[in-house]
Amino acid sequence: MEVVNLTCVECPVGCSINVTVDGGKAIKVEGNGCIRGKLYAENEVVCPKRVVTSTVKTTDGRLLPVKTDIPVRKSAMFEVMGLINAVVVAPPVSVGDVLVDDIFEGAKLVATGNAPTK
Amino acid sequence: MYDIVVVGGGVIGGMILRELTRYRLNVCLVEKENDVCMGQSKANSGIVHAGFDAQVGTLKAKFNVLGNRMMPKVAKELGVKYVNNGSLVVAFSDEEVKTLEQLKQRGEQNGVEGLEIIDRQKLAQIEPNISGKAVGALLAKSGGIICPYELTIAAIGNAMDNGAHLETNFEVVKIEGEYPEYLLFAADGRQITAKAVVNCAGINSQKIANLVGDEYFTVGGRRGEYMLLDRESGDLVNHTLFFTPTKLGKGILVSKTVDGNVILGPTAEDVDFNDTSTTSQGLNSVAEKAKAMCDNVPFYNVITSFSGVRAYCDRHDFIIEQSPQKRGFFHVAGIESPGLTSAPAIAEYVVNELIGGLFELKPNQNFNPNREPDYFFKNLTAEEKNKLIKSNPAYGKIVCRCEQITEGEIIRALTVNPKATDVDGVKRRTRAGMGRCQGGFCQPYVAEIIAKELGVCLCDVTKSGGESKLLTGESK
Amino acid sequence: MKEFDVLIIGGGPAGLAAAISAYDNGAKSVCIMERDNRLGGILNQCIHNGFGLTRFKESLAGPEYADRFVKQVETRNITVMLDTTVLSLSGEKTVTAISPDRGYFEVKAKAVVLAMGCRERSRGALNIAGARCAGIYSAGTAQKYVNVKGFMPGKRIVILGSGDIGLIMARRMTLEGAKVVAVCEIMPYSSGLRRNIVQCLDDFGIPLYLEHTITKIEGKDRVTGVVVSKVDENRRPIAGTELHFDCDTVLFSVGLIPENELTKNAEIPLAKNTRGAIVYQNRETLCSGVFACGNVLQVHDLVDFVSEESELAGRCAAEYAIKGISAKGGVNVVNGKNVTYVLPQKLDLDLQSNGLIKLYFRVSGAFRNCVIALSCGDKVIVQKQKKIAVPGEMETLVIPKDKLSLIDGDLTLTLEA
Repeated sequence: MEVVNLTCVECPVGCSINVTVDGGKAIKVEGNGCIRGKLYAENEVVCPKRVVTSTVKTTDGRLLPVKTDIPVRKSAMFEVMGLINAVVVAPPVSVGDVLVDDIFEGAKLVATGNAPTK
Repeated sequence: MYDIVVVGGGVIGGMILRELTRYRLNVCLVEKENDVCMGQSKANSGIVHAGFDAQVGTLKAKFNVLGNRMMPKVAKELGVKYVNNGSLVVAFSDEEVKTLEQLKQRGEQNGVEGLEIIDRQKLAQIEPNISGKAVGALLAKSGGIICPYELTIAAIGNAMDNGAHLETNFEVVKIEGEYPEYLLFAADGRQITAKAVVNCAGINSQKIANLVGDEYFTVGGRRGEYMLLDRESGDLVNHTLFFTPTKLGKGILVSKTVDGNVILGPTAEDVDFNDTSTTSQGLNSVAEKAKAMCDNVPFYNVITSFSGVRAYCDRHDFIIEQSPQKRGFFHVAGIESPGLTSAPAIAEYVVNELIGGLFELKPNQNFNPNREPDYFFKNLTAEEKNKLIKSNPAYGKIVCRCEQITEGEIIRALTVNPKATDVDGVKRRTRAGMGRCQGGFCQPYVAEIIAKELGVCLCDVTKSGGESKLLTGESK
Repeated sequence: MKEFDVLIIGGGPAGLAAAISAYDNGAKSVCIMERDNRLGGILNQCIHNGFGLTRFKESLAGPEYADRFVKQVETRNITVMLDTTVLSLSGEKTVTAISPDRGYFEVKAKAVVLAMGCRERSRGALNIAGARCAGIYSAGTAQKYVNVKGFMPGKRIVILGSGDIGLIMARRMTLEGAKVVAVCEIMPYSSGLRRNIVQCLDDFGIPLYLEHTITKIEGKDRVTGVVVSKVDENRRPIAGTELHFDCDTVLFSVGLIPENELTKNAEIPLAKNTRGAIVYQNRETLCSGVFACGNVLQVHDLVDFVSEESELAGRCAAEYAIKGISAKGGVNVVNGKNVTYVLPQKLDLDLQSNGLIKLYFRVSGAFRNCVIALSCGDKVIVQKQKKIAVPGEMETLVIPKDKLSLIDGDLTLTLEA
């Protein structure tokens, strides 16, 4: 059994959380301010995940901001970046449009900006 | 083949080039950097000295006083801001007041008009922020201020408008031949031939002299560090304030600039050529001295600091003469302070007396002494602004918000003589990026306009030529 | 001359929220003037997520957050003038602006909302010695190049300042293939959010050097390296502690300054500590009918709070334009011990206001288990306990309605450690 101290990254409060880990699993979470923090801590001690945000090129040479719709494995972030960098999309694109159905392990790549037709 | 090639695109080379275009001569200016005005002419105090400082009988004294008188007209012709704000040499002891008397006497011998010693009361009246320790001052009514790079760029632009050629990135590494056929080689292999050569290479003027075997003078580099205050603090001082020179040196100056900022500096430190970095010791000493001169110096309003390396010469006077052994090769070297002030007078002398001895000076009937300023939109009337925007909507787009510079002015700086090709070049011409945010906001826009106008990729746009690319590549 | 009920200067998060709120509270003609060619302001280049957690209970990317407001503006009859830079503002609420389409023109407004945002402190303001070559950027400029223009400002980076933009850029540059070799912070604590230290630095093994600053930038055409020194308690470099880093780029993330050129030129009084206008609780400046909100007033940590403040300002601007409701007189709220600023700086207790009065403030150091108190002379009006308070995180204190009657003079906000 060990106690791991984490800073929650779910929201700007940045709670300091103590997680008691046993057998590779969280058995007790303390210090979190909300349920998101509990889930974050439980995940973080097993397999840390992060939402990846970046940009992709449009066919007319613009940049479009994008994100993964769910967190992806932290250890695979650079792999995910490689996959995102290879994506090129054709306008028009609107906020929320799914650009790639499964960019990595079930995560979708979603537009976070607009690229209207020029 | 050119009649005359001028080596060095600083204020001296620029003013001489312009003066040459008054006559029917085929002239060219070669500059080793990517743009003109990249040496000491871009980073100095911008003072039009009255002329009391130089020793009686020197070339410095002669050309300073003449140049001071010529400057208002030259500035007006070239569309360059000049302000006759007057200068004050401030004394902090009775001992120093005695020095002021000597300076006044020397100035009068040099032909300076309007010198007056004022007491503490009058000084505090005209300079409310003067240190409580100041006891009096020498007021020189003919002292003024000018923007040195604006003047240099305008002079070269005007010369080009009148037919002069410009070669940038032309670093002279070898000179062959003699009058009337000199052959100049650039580091990149380009060659230029000319009947005569004028060496105005600033801190590199000794190097150029050495290329033709002249080794009779030495030019060194002395670095001066400056701080610049936001326009918001522009009312700190009205005149240009100097310390009284002592055995320990001249101290720094505190002055308004023509653009409404306040300049503090320079330090004086012997350095290698080209080392224009600033140092914490240098900037601290500028701050200490500024505090000794004025109360309430708003250091929180420093927007940038910079340094320039100025030439100094073992002769301690200007060298303006034909090479003793090379006919048609002229040295205009060791142009220390007051070189900026003296520039128009030096140019006139060099062309009339030196070049005139070799060439017949037939007036160029088409010579136009006037040039439009590079930034001007802010100063137009509402009606003029609207007229301009209607004919060119780019004048309706503010790119540099701190200095309110329009896209139209930036495009113009890339298309009129001498054409800017990099971000700093645009900045020196238009002031885009010279304000309080120092280009943080406008630089990407300026860079994009440059890329578009020059037809290059954004990642090939440079800050100041050479290897100074802004960006290292595309992100995707 | 065209006339509007409410004219909003700036189409970033503050301006957008103010415009929607002014419109929804009855202003008949609302106009936003925006200098860029699209609405959204700085959010357009903040492509990272984490926006909107308070307001929408969702983690949005900056452009997504902006888009929600832009869509609301589009569904209302709000005039939007893009590519339009406001050049001056007069006390009579006449605004001079310029744009390629409209030229140089004037409009008049019953109420004006200042929503110009802030700008970054530059390297020049810090007097950092060394070269002035290519490769020196403020973090926001680098962010624009990477996220909007699609170009990398460098490959090997040192960042000075651990403000949020600096931290966010450390992650962005790393994900885009650059190597961030160090982040230096002159203070003993980061000025950014704790979560950003974790997810932007720790996640990528980027070292944070607290109590360190850059003492020299090296390079001729392009940056080649920096010298970093440890600083003493007066934040002066300690000789002999120099570290050298090879790098081609230095990013500065050393603070944000409200962009108040227009405000100053209109002779509207500013507060020294916020560098924004002095305002009443309705966000009205000391120039009647001119309101201010968002980062031009005080630099916020979170856009959610910018939106909240701007809705208040927009509503009150509409009330001014329609009903002439204006703040005047009142008491001062001043920052006391351990508090660097408090906003609003003035309370008009007679002002008809249907909201709670919320004070925003920042503390001067890192404190644990402290007590924050608002007092009027010897009387404590409101008091609250706080586990952790740091300068990097804005604090708030609500004055309950029933306590307002206790106020009979100027107020002081203090923090007892």
